[in-house]
Amino acid sequence: MIELSDITKTYRMGEVDLTVLDGVSLGIKQGEFVAIMGPSGSGKSTLMNIIGCLDRPTSGVYRFEDREISTMNDDELASVRNIKIGFVFQTFNLLPRFSALKNVEVPLIYSGVPARERRERAIPLLEKVGLADRLHHKPTELSGGQQQRVAIARALVNHPPLLLADEPTGNLDSRSGEEILHILTNLNDQGVTIILVTHDQNVGTRCKRMINLKDGQIVGDRVCA
Amino acid sequence: MNLPETFRVSLEAILSNKVRSSLTMLGVIIGVMAVILLVSIGEGARVYITKELTGLGTNLLIIQPGKTSASGGFHPPSAGTVRKLTYDDSQALRRRAWLLTDAVPIVIGTGRIKFQNLGRDVMIIGATPEFQRVRNLFVDSGSFVSQGDVDSKVKIIILGAKVKEEVFGDQNALGRVVMLSDTRYRVVGVMRKKGTSLGMDVDDVVYIPVTSGQELFDTDSLFEIIASTPRAEDVDKASAQIKDILMKRHAHKEDFTIQTQGAILSTMNMILGVLTAVLGGIAGISLLVGGIGIMNIMLVSVRERTREIGIRKALGARNKDIMAQFMIEAMTLSGVGGVIGILIGVGLALLIPVFVDVLPTSVSAWSIIMAFTFSAAVGVFFGVYPARKASLQDPIQALRYE
Repeated sequence: MIELSDITKTYRMGEVDLTVLDGVSLGIKQGEFVAIMGPSGSGKSTLMNIIGCLDRPTSGVYRFEDREISTMNDDELASVRNIKIGFVFQTFNLLPRFSALKNVEVPLIYSGVPARERRERAIPLLEKVGLADRLHHKPTELSGGQQQRVAIARALVNHPPLLLADEPTGNLDSRSGEEILHILTNLNDQGVTIILVTHDQNVGTRCKRMINLKDGQIVGDRVCA
Repeated sequence: MNLPETFRVSLEAILSNKVRSSLTMLGVIIGVMAVILLVSIGEGARVYITKELTGLGTNLLIIQPGKTSASGGFHPPSAGTVRKLTYDDSQALRRRAWLLTDAVPIVIGTGRIKFQNLGRDVMIIGATPEFQRVRNLFVDSGSFVSQGDVDSKVKIIILGAKVKEEVFGDQNALGRVVMLSDTRYRVVGVMRKKGTSLGMDVDDVVYIPVTSGQELFDTDSLFEIIASTPRAEDVDKASAQIKDILMKRHAHKEDFTIQTQGAILSTMNMILGVLTAVLGGIAGISLLVGGIGIMNIMLVSVRERTREIGIRKALGARNKDIMAQFMIEAMTLSGVGGVIGILIGVGLALLIPVFVDVLPTSVSAWSIIMAFTFSAAVGVFFGVYPARKASLQDPIQALRYE
């Protein structure tokens, strides 16, 4: 499903070039549950952004479902993000002015789904993550765990084959975090490919495969029990 | 992305910041209102003057002593060369300028009219019988100046409606004797009420025979000669004829000026057209300032919503979706502001003449269309930069923005 070969990412910081990813090659198959781990500054977020089509590599080839991503333009990338990838962020990143329901509908707006169908698709997802009675609450009226569940519903609304989660439990208490991990595990059981970025060893071990990054290079790649 | 949805998102953004949105709109409202109001005042003045000038009587030529040019240039009055226009000049025109129906000699001055113990200052016009026909002003009761009165300098007076009312009230004025600048005049007629024309109250005037007038003002020259032709096409030929006849009488010097009504009208129209354009231009500047206000607020809005832009992009918004969202927001601000401005502007333009009768207004469709188009264009023009700035945000940077 995902084919990264010799990906590098370099940022120009004034006079010096900062290499964040240094020749990363990686393959991820449909249905995997992968944790990308590493200390801060190891390049895991950058790798995540490239896999999520939010960023382009400086060099190397990225193929997603056998399509070359590295050479796509902004609009094509936006379309891949919209249809193929669901995002879950550490800080939830919900639109503050909109209700939970509206937030979940946003990706469908950009795929041109009519208003009625958007509602019909968003409501069951919110029910599934246990927020049936919170449809019209704004993010500020929800707890952190509830906000993250709205974000998961939003990530899933377009039925993407890939879910990217960047420290999804980082801002949550342990009980809410556990709930979120439970939801993610269930989703993976239903066939959704999940890539999760974390520096929390306990979270990492919940995944089926663990990739360790250090200084922009893969230093470990093992299957968990 | 569908348009109604983008529109709703933009509207929600506008409504979520009501005070800021209304203040931004206020700039456009004032600009559009000013354009419509000032242009309609300028237009109103033009329409008013055109109507008044054509109301004076048609196909008029006015001959005044001294050479002045209606189209620029300064002619210093060189002493001795300017010959006055005389009563005989007007008679020569009457006899020999066959294109003219009338040539009315006019003297104008002011004096004091007294009846019993009532007295007031009035404008005195010395005229001949044809004056009524040429100027479209007629007697209501009694009679106007007759040719006999002119020939023998009879001291008779015809009162304007207002003068009659103020001096005599409801009494009958005909046959009474009034004092006009210490000379006794007998009232033979009262003029029909006409009202104000070009800022001059034609009811606040008295008429006497032109020859009596010359005696009263102790002059043998005329203020002007008003001539008329039966047909508008003859005005130019008639003008040439007048020039020919008068130059022969004035030692082949063109020491007089012939103004035609058309020339006066077009000069007036030009002056007022420039005035309207200047007023509209000044108002346009305020609209421009309003537009800059929109750009300013949009830039703030883009910055404030950087994170929202990042989220939307991560969820699949293309650059043009973001661009559309902010463009529509800017255009809604300017469009709604424009419509409100038009309503207030038109409302004021219609209201002003009700309360201030010296300020006629004329709301023209083109000024409304122009103001609205301009305000919409302001929205587009000043919306493009912030919207483009928003759409080109890097999603990762935008997501990290605090």
